Amino acid sequence: MEKKQLFTISVFTENQVGLLNRISIIFTRRGLNLESVSSSASSVHGIHKMNFTCNSDRETMEKVISQIERCIDVLRAFLYTDDEIVYQEVALYKVPTQKLLDEKDFERIIRVHNARILELTREYTILEKTGHESETQALYELLAKYGILQFIRSGRICITKSPTEHFTRYLEEQEARGKALCDTSEE
Amino acid sequence: MSERITGAEAICRALLAEGVDTIFGYPGGQIMPFYDKLYDFTDSLRHILTRHEQGAVHAAQGYARASGRVGVVTVTSGPAATNVITGLGDANIDCTPIVVITGQVGVASLGTDAFQETDVIGITQPITKWAYQIRRPEEIPWAMARAFYIATTGRPGAVVLDITRDAQVGTLDWSYKKTNYIRSYNPAPELQPGEIISAAALINRSERPLILSGHGVMLSEAETDLLALAEKADIPVATTLLGLSTIPSEHPLNKGMVGMHGNIGPNIATNNADVILAVGMRFDDRVTGVIKSYAPQAKIIHIDIDSAEFNKNVKAHIAIHADAKTALRALLPQINKADRKEWLTTFERPENVEQAEVIERETDPKDLGPESPMRMGEVVRKLSEATGNKAIVVTDVGQNQMMSARYSSYTMPKSMITSGGLGTMGFCLPAAIGAKLAEPSREVLAFMGDGGFQMTMQELGTILEYRIGVKMVLLNNNYLGNVRQWQAMFYNNRFSATPMVNPDFVAIAAAYGIPAENVSCRAELDSAIARMAAHDGAYLLNVNIDPTDMVFPMVTPGSAIDNILINATDKYEA
Repeated sequence: MEKKQLFTISVFTENQVGLLNRISIIFTRRGLNLESVSSSASSVHGIHKMNFTCNSDRETMEKVISQIERCIDVLRAFLYTDDEIVYQEVALYKVPTQKLLDEKDFERIIRVHNARILELTREYTILEKTGHESETQALYELLAKYGILQFIRSGRICITKSPTEHFTRYLEEQEARGKALCDTSEE
Repeated sequence: MSERITGAEAICRALLAEGVDTIFGYPGGQIMPFYDKLYDFTDSLRHILTRHEQGAVHAAQGYARASGRVGVVTVTSGPAATNVITGLGDANIDCTPIVVITGQVGVASLGTDAFQETDVIGITQPITKWAYQIRRPEEIPWAMARAFYIATTGRPGAVVLDITRDAQVGTLDWSYKKTNYIRSYNPAPELQPGEIISAAALINRSERPLILSGHGVMLSEAETDLLALAEKADIPVATTLLGLSTIPSEHPLNKGMVGMHGNIGPNIATNNADVILAVGMRFDDRVTGVIKSYAPQAKIIHIDIDSAEFNKNVKAHIAIHADAKTALRALLPQINKADRKEWLTTFERPENVEQAEVIERETDPKDLGPESPMRMGEVVRKLSEATGNKAIVVTDVGQNQMMSARYSSYTMPKSMITSGGLGTMGFCLPAAIGAKLAEPSREVLAFMGDGGFQMTMQELGTILEYRIGVKMVLLNNNYLGNVRQWQAMFYNNRFSATPMVNPDFVAIAAAYGIPAENVSCRAELDSAIARMAAHDGAYLLNVNIDPTDMVFPMVTPGSAIDNILINATDKYEA
């Protein structure tokens, strides 16, 4: 059995209802747990990009990728390991303000972790930190002693390190295919 | 000026534009606007009212499999939509082009647990090629065109259109254009010449090649191309269950069927072959046996239109992403003429052993007298011969299916319709109805067990209403025979929940006005078959089968494909 590792799956899709469900059930069927999910517009107008992270082995993930690509309205799916991408997550922390003020270390925590204060009230303070999961987790553990009132971490977002934009080229090919079909059907 | 019409009418017009002339369905609340409009289209759209929605979808499958055209189903929302689920799963896994239209509650009621509302898209997404909910009438032409394009192209499959009441009763400006392009979907990938060259080189160098012909050969109508290649290079051909009838049974290069209950020759050859050319098949576990000992000597060339099948179960040394016809036509000129007599001779011994130890016992049982119940194989073979081996054979699932597959002979393509991937009991009767409606000039032989028949027996009503001339053969052993066989072999003869107390099937057929007779012993078989063959119209034979009859050869679960039982105790010795 090949070793498990964390993979990032980026999926480019048309903007159609129900695609997230269609794609996520491909993971569910194989009993794969999604570590994180994020979805947003991509750099190409009208095309959405979903990012998933999943702990699995490469062979399984490659099969999942082909089953995702088989879905109607999915344009392409890509599989990445951490070294192939630049990725970030954002985390928000809500902590009691009084406890923070009582703590001498507070300024150092903010500085070392490069966190930002988004909102400060008498009752609570909301901090924000972007980084890798291990980094946002480290801050979580430090703040835990003040009592964290609320915490949330986003899904991973990523951009590839590849110098060529494979997806853009793919899209051009598909549109050329459409144009060719259109030309022949009008003859 | 374009015409303003209702969504319901747009559905009817779109069906006509897609060349549909037959629909299988069942009306109900949320599909009533469509059914009302259908009343105006009675001359051009024939509606077959089945007795259950499951019957409608299996009939559409039978229609599609027999003809290569799309099977269309129209049903209402809620329970009707959930009743078509089995058929959707079945059609999708067996690559059968069907378009299923379900009615849906009004847009304002979506998500409120309204009466007869179910989340049809959510339920059907995992088991369809495409599932889409239409909320506005203007979407109908676009979605219908897409549905037919998606169902029929690439790897065919099941499509669901869930059409809300609003979309049916609302109006739109009518214009319709069939589609041949979806940006995210390329059903005709460009052939990679490099793969063809490497595959041809591999085949030309090989000493012991084997062709596995699957359903994809039938779907792309590549039967003659496959045969041309096999004959030119003198390569033995074996078929999968769904590939049966892609090569005539009597062709000298046809070495039979692979898999759990396949023929000994090709299963042994699989593990001796140096090259396997797998065409339009997906290495199902029923075909491969245990994967790690599958085809250990072979380099595998896998031709498939669905690239997700490559390396899914079996590693492909060369993957050719194309439909069977395109790939075979490109390969043929690069394949050298060859003589592989030595390799072909190796099939003789397993064939002789199977003939003597399995086939004769099943088709010509010397150990049983004229007054005894029959074995399934002899019944199937005699019926197949009575049609000149020209019938469309439709089967249910279980022993009856394996016996029908093994002992029917095929002289024409598209002659075997069976539920392969899903293994759906109750499939046969409605599928046979659909097949007969699609191909009225061909004889349709429906082989069922007593268990499966009773799952969709109500479709006798459809046969009665539309006078559908299906020849029904009940291989009746008063058991759920296939489970009984496994209980006998692997569960110490503990026949848990497999014996069945059955009704008088002849009386049931008679109630539907269908001539029928009991065939209680071997002595009665020939004359009963003759009467059935002579009768113009539906007919049922209730054949008394020896319950101890078992399907062999058998590759038991967890065994290598060349580890084959020829009866309950003895293995084939190579």
